[in-house]
Amino acid sequence: MTGTIHSLWTTAADSATPLDKIPTPKIEYAQLSPVLIVFGAAVLGILVEALLPRRSRYIAQLGVSVTGLAAAFAAIVALAADGYASAKSHIAAMGAVAVDGPALFLQGTIVLVALVAAFTFAERRLDPLAHGRRVDSFAAQGSTVPGSEQEKRAVRAGFTTTEVFPLLLFAVGGMMIFPAANDLLTLFVSLEVFSLPLYLLCALARRHRLLSQEAAVKYFLLGAFSSAILLFGVALLYGYAGTISYGGIADVISGTAKMTPALANTTANDSLLLIGGAMVVVGLLFKVAAVPFHMWTPDVYQGAPTPVTGFMAAATKVAAFGALLRLLYVVLPGIRWDWRPVMWGVAIATMVIGAIIAVTQTDVKRLLAYSSIAHAGFILAGVIALSPDGVSSVLFYLAAYSFVTLGAFAVVTLVRDAGGEATHLSRWAGLGRRSPLVAAVFAVFLLAFAGIPLTSGFAGKFAVFKAAAQGGAVPLVIIGVISSAIAAFFYIRVIVLMFFSEPQPGGPSVAVPSALTSTAIAAGVAVTLALGVAPQYFLDLAGKASVFVR
Amino acid sequence: MAFPLLTVTAAVPAVGAIATAAVPAGRRTAAKWLALGFSLATLVLAAVDVARFTPGGARYQLTESHAWIRDFGVRYELGVDGIAVVLVLLAAVLVPFVMLAGWHDADVLDGHTPNRNWRPTQGFFALILLVEAMVVISFESTDVFLFYIFFEAMLIPMYFLIGGFGDRAGPKSEDEQARQRSYAAVKFLLYNLVGGLIMLAAVIGLYVVTAHQLGGHGTFSLPQILQARASGQLHLSTAAERWIFLGFFFAFAVKAPLWPLHTWLPNAMGESTAPVAVLLTAVVDKVGTFAMLRYCLQLFPEASKWATPVILVLSVVGIIYGALLAVGQRDIKRLIAYASISHFGFIILGIFAMTSQGQSGATLYMVNHGISTAALLLVAGFLITRRGSRLIADFGGVQKVAPLLAGTFMVGGLATLSLPGLAPFVSEFLVLVGTFSRYPVAGVIATLGIVLAALYVLVLYQRTMTGPVKAGIEGMKDLKVRELVVAAPLIALLLFLGFYPKPVTDLINPAVKDTLSDVHRTDPAPQINASFNAAAKETAK
Repeated sequence: MTGTIHSLWTTAADSATPLDKIPTPKIEYAQLSPVLIVFGAAVLGILVEALLPRRSRYIAQLGVSVTGLAAAFAAIVALAADGYASAKSHIAAMGAVAVDGPALFLQGTIVLVALVAAFTFAERRLDPLAHGRRVDSFAAQGSTVPGSEQEKRAVRAGFTTTEVFPLLLFAVGGMMIFPAANDLLTLFVSLEVFSLPLYLLCALARRHRLLSQEAAVKYFLLGAFSSAILLFGVALLYGYAGTISYGGIADVISGTAKMTPALANTTANDSLLLIGGAMVVVGLLFKVAAVPFHMWTPDVYQGAPTPVTGFMAAATKVAAFGALLRLLYVVLPGIRWDWRPVMWGVAIATMVIGAIIAVTQTDVKRLLAYSSIAHAGFILAGVIALSPDGVSSVLFYLAAYSFVTLGAFAVVTLVRDAGGEATHLSRWAGLGRRSPLVAAVFAVFLLAFAGIPLTSGFAGKFAVFKAAAQGGAVPLVIIGVISSAIAAFFYIRVIVLMFFSEPQPGGPSVAVPSALTSTAIAAGVAVTLALGVAPQYFLDLAGKASVFVR
Repeated sequence: MAFPLLTVTAAVPAVGAIATAAVPAGRRTAAKWLALGFSLATLVLAAVDVARFTPGGARYQLTESHAWIRDFGVRYELGVDGIAVVLVLLAAVLVPFVMLAGWHDADVLDGHTPNRNWRPTQGFFALILLVEAMVVISFESTDVFLFYIFFEAMLIPMYFLIGGFGDRAGPKSEDEQARQRSYAAVKFLLYNLVGGLIMLAAVIGLYVVTAHQLGGHGTFSLPQILQARASGQLHLSTAAERWIFLGFFFAFAVKAPLWPLHTWLPNAMGESTAPVAVLLTAVVDKVGTFAMLRYCLQLFPEASKWATPVILVLSVVGIIYGALLAVGQRDIKRLIAYASISHFGFIILGIFAMTSQGQSGATLYMVNHGISTAALLLVAGFLITRRGSRLIADFGGVQKVAPLLAGTFMVGGLATLSLPGLAPFVSEFLVLVGTFSRYPVAGVIATLGIVLAALYVLVLYQRTMTGPVKAGIEGMKDLKVRELVVAAPLIALLLFLGFYPKPVTDLINPAVKDTLSDVHRTDPAPQINASFNAAAKETAK
């Protein structure tokens, strides 16, 4: 019975090597090439930092990042075209990394998001010149104490933190492995690989450095805490099943594994499984910012440099939902009767609380943070569907959502006053008068967040709600629809503020960005409208990519 | 492949919107003429649609069908029945008048800021065309999902029209006006968005049910669903049908609007300029009543019958309530808004009486209400612009200084109170007859609405137009040529359809008959009360 259900979204990989012989490590370099390219580019970035003179690092770093990410995307497309997304799905690197549809789709999304984010990282025309040099959103020198003489010297010297590019690439590499991880240790290691660079990036804002460092410390502490919980869960699951491989644990849960006396002893009691599974899921829910594990989101989103916030909001969500999907669909479908009610509760709480608290926000970055929480709730509705439709709808939603988010945060970087970005909502009053184009673009993103038809947000929302309803979760859909209505209220409030309020005297100005940010915003708008008007191609893509390998 | 006439009819205003928006700043007159040109082209196309339509032929004509989003079971399917084609024509007729009447409405905003992208005039006309395009395609669509998309999307341009180009007539201060305007716009949007989102849940429900019963792939195509149900392939359980019906009906009742979901309309109409108010109530709101007729009745016949008693009560309450509040208004535009709520009550009453007179009357009512509201409200707009105030108390004796204006206002008002000889009389009479033959009590109470209508219209006329000339009215200019071009054709239409509604009813009636047969309703046979019979026999002896 369970076997037939699981075969809806999993296919059998070629039989794993028995573990009693120590095998020669076999690494499928071609299948792992996307990740390897990104890590290679990151290492190259470090070398650039070490060997090139300061003035030529910026161009070199940008070149290495963009080339690396583009090459990684090409490698992903090549793998998918070769059939690794469907027929040739495979578990590579000694059972550690899955190369299958969901993994490739999510990796492709992450790489594209990172490519666009790299453009916003590199933007150097928004801040006024610091002592005659163009500067970006990052601190002159990350190690200096805010307000110290040392910092002033670094600013005067025109230093810039070009290390952000290798940090970005390392984070991307970790994020690419995270949804593809096929055993619990790889899951944990990739979590740390992408989290540590993010903690650092959060602390590197040029303006409001204390706020930024506070955000980083909060993120680090809570992140470390959740990693610990996840690791504890991994240990318990290993204690239950005697293996860390996803397929192995699933076999033990469904009872198809070969029984040994030791296994019979541990599996006699389900509490190891239930507690361990719950702890691993909690670690992942922390990363997707689901209620009640969302507390860090508003502070971190507000404090981090806005380009980093955009990247983090988009890519972390993609990676973490990918990992959550694989965990729930490959490892834990056998105990779905246990986790589904809990996930129902989490999804409902996330949708409702995210939407309600967002109503009271007065800062645009915090507003987008709470909106991201509400969206996590909508995506969870699709995750719970537990069907191939659920997987494909979540994949589609993630792709649609990440580009809207990137674009929205890129617009936030443009609205500035003397103190840097003007993120307080009251400062945005009358933006539509002062700068109709920027306001109109931001309105498009807000309408997409609100799920108005003809934008990608609507297609995504329809897809996940449809999957949830078909999975029998009709009450979830109704609550989702009601929270969407609440959420619509605050998106509309921002539009009202921009278009129907009189501009304040001395209000913020809209910086004219270079081609880099313009490209990022244009990409956001293009994807938002394309996925809204003609989603079929991408739905097909997500549909083909919705089967996990086991 | 046949020429995609319906697509072109909807695409022309959409293209026009883009073209108008692209006209550079400083060329606003060119933008106005361009927009008017596109709206007239749409009118020609709508007329061609009507000419190519064969009354009594196939149920949906001029059909087009293409795959769109296969995963959601969504097709790009267009087709019109008699009701839809008439409403497309109505929208196409009214929009040029709206544009002409609002010719200078956006001028005050021009040059407000130095930014070269700030082009309010271009924006105003582009938004009107965009609304027209979306309204037209939602009338033409025969796919529930396609309809839903434009039903929702049209809120956005409408929202900007209400909030961005409000009425600047007194007596309130500029700041207070701006606040009220954005309040009205947000209220409009939130009411309709919530309605729409609840409908979204029902749309998903419809997909799940059809997917479940039609072998995996759900469908939103109206003809396909009707056919599947007729052949017994599709059977909605009573509970499912009722829930999904309620989701749909709620959205349409907000849009129409039906009492007690009407409260956004007086705000929205009061704060927007007269042409935008006409666009809202005469064109956009018709999508709500149209959708009740097409989607609620045809998709969910059993649930419609189940809900009929409640809906009839609500619409009768709406008729009386709207009329009573109209009597008490001090603001001209809010008065007309409440009158419209009363009239929407009649339309919904006619639809759910489920008799052929009732539904023909209701459809005709949509057309006539559109024309008569446009005539009254646009002339009222000219009046308000001249005086700079919306308060009835600020007017008096206008007929002495501006007889043409007063005369056209009079005709618009008489149409609103359904004077015989003007078009709305025919439809109101049909609705009442149709209702009476099945629900006599509702019919009798609704008739009171006509009496109240006479009261609010005539009192309005008396207070504003007759009596001594008030301060601020002296020297009021009479209608200009542009304004006459707006008022005269509308009045001519009212008279023509008042005496000879046959061209329209010929188009409508076959479609109404089809709808009634979907609901399995036939007209009740005329019968004379049994006790009356007995009494007659007594006297004969």
